[in-house]
Amino acid sequence: MKQGTYNILIAGFGGQGVLFAGKALAKMGMHEGLHVTWLPSYGPEMRGGAANCSVIISDEEIGSPLVPDPDILIALNIPSFDKFEPHIKPGGMLFADSAMIDRKTARTDIEAHYIPASSLASDNGLSGLANVIMLGHVIKKTGIFDYDAFLKDLVSGIPASRSALVEGNTKALRLGFEY
Amino acid sequence: MKGNEAIAEAAINAGCLYYFGYPITPQTEISEYMAKRMPKVGGLCLQAESEIAAVNMLLGASASGTRAMTSSSSPGISLKSEGISYLVGSDLPAVVVNVQRGGPGLGGIQPSQADYYQATKAYGHGDMHLIVLAPSTVQEMATLTGEAFDLADIYRTPVIILADGAIGQMMEPVDFSTRKPRELPEKTWATCGHRGARKHNIVNSLLMEPEELERSIRDRFERYRKIEENEVMCEKYMTDDADIVVVAFGIAARIAKTAAQIARSRGVKAGVLRPITLWPFPNKEISALADTAKAFLSVELSMGQMVTDVKLACECRRPVDFFGRTGGVIPAPADVAEKLCAMARELSI
Repeated sequence: MKQGTYNILIAGFGGQGVLFAGKALAKMGMHEGLHVTWLPSYGPEMRGGAANCSVIISDEEIGSPLVPDPDILIALNIPSFDKFEPHIKPGGMLFADSAMIDRKTARTDIEAHYIPASSLASDNGLSGLANVIMLGHVIKKTGIFDYDAFLKDLVSGIPASRSALVEGNTKALRLGFEY
Repeated sequence: MKGNEAIAEAAINAGCLYYFGYPITPQTEISEYMAKRMPKVGGLCLQAESEIAAVNMLLGASASGTRAMTSSSSPGISLKSEGISYLVGSDLPAVVVNVQRGGPGLGGIQPSQADYYQATKAYGHGDMHLIVLAPSTVQEMATLTGEAFDLADIYRTPVIILADGAIGQMMEPVDFSTRKPRELPEKTWATCGHRGARKHNIVNSLLMEPEELERSIRDRFERYRKIEENEVMCEKYMTDDADIVVVAFGIAARIAKTAAQIARSRGVKAGVLRPITLWPFPNKEISALADTAKAFLSVELSMGQMVTDVKLACECRRPVDFFGRTGGVIPAPADVAEKLCAMARELSI
């Protein structure tokens, strides 16, 4: 990983794979020997309700696990965009699923990336993998992790009985990376 | 791994064979994990009909000499407090986990440290103390759980793990091989089968003769004295040259460390003393810091509870201020740093 501390906030609807995407980033950080924290929003959550998770990846000990002002925001729906986009740190990055979010940031002090991850997923038979497409794009634009290492780490947790998922995740990550 | 799961796995590693639970947010992953793992290690995970039932099952299991645990969150812990007092009165080792949420009443489900008074002063009626451990990382959720079982067996006392919703829910890397188990006394008091080989044991907390009850309490307080002498744990972070020492435990200590760094970048020499045992409290360590520091700040997820113990520990030799958020709100490091800078201005340091 590049040196420093990454405060990442991933937000969307429950069921979009928000928590999974966060875990994938945190797990990779852990396997690189870095300090990582992953904190979900918890409570009366349900499929379709609001969900988010805070991920911090750092080469130093991590204090508060909360990410109120992210360096990187990954927004998967409009409510998340509206709620968190104003809080991105100046110089930070926004990643928005433009198939879900029909607006763009007016801020000039952040770097914005739009990718229609949800429609890319449905067009390519990758239902439920918009989150991984987003991750591919995040890795490309931030350079936070090496692509091959991340892919290996991502699919390593998939049991042999569900090998079809390996192919799907690999394809989804590449789609996002090459977009 | 989640903090809650780390507690469960560490308990199983420590040889805990009985877990009695009742679901409540934000600690239900402990039950969930136990339900999955316990049958595989030949143990029992039982969802009781209520918290009160669970704590009394804990008492029974512990009396048999087996390692056992229960867990809950704030409102559920209040229900368990009667049983905790009975465990103390019966001199039984047991581990009770409280993953705190906001109160009073049903309160909320977000992280809180508002059960500090309850945990350190009044988990049950009667003349009593409990060892209270306060983990600050997921790693410590694991190591302190192992430690809790050992301390409970060595001193024949229930041990409380006072965590909070944030540490319970968050994931961090955790290594289960880092802790060395302690040497443990034989459980000669256990009410387990012996095929007539010895006189039968009785576990009981009812002593009708005042002198007899007083003697048993004095014996227990002799053990408490040993605990206070030998088992205090705390972490010091940049305290050597600190003008202001923040005292904070659990999740608040992590926030305090970041705040101390921010304050230092603004020229305020801040450090953090993190009690790991809340009882016994690190009185000596705080008193020693009162020789070098100019002021203390207690940072808590409550309206201010531990702050009274900090005042007692430094015996009013230094001003002790308080900063906290409550109800499930987690203070931001920047707000704590701002408080430290304001204190520095007031004290002209």
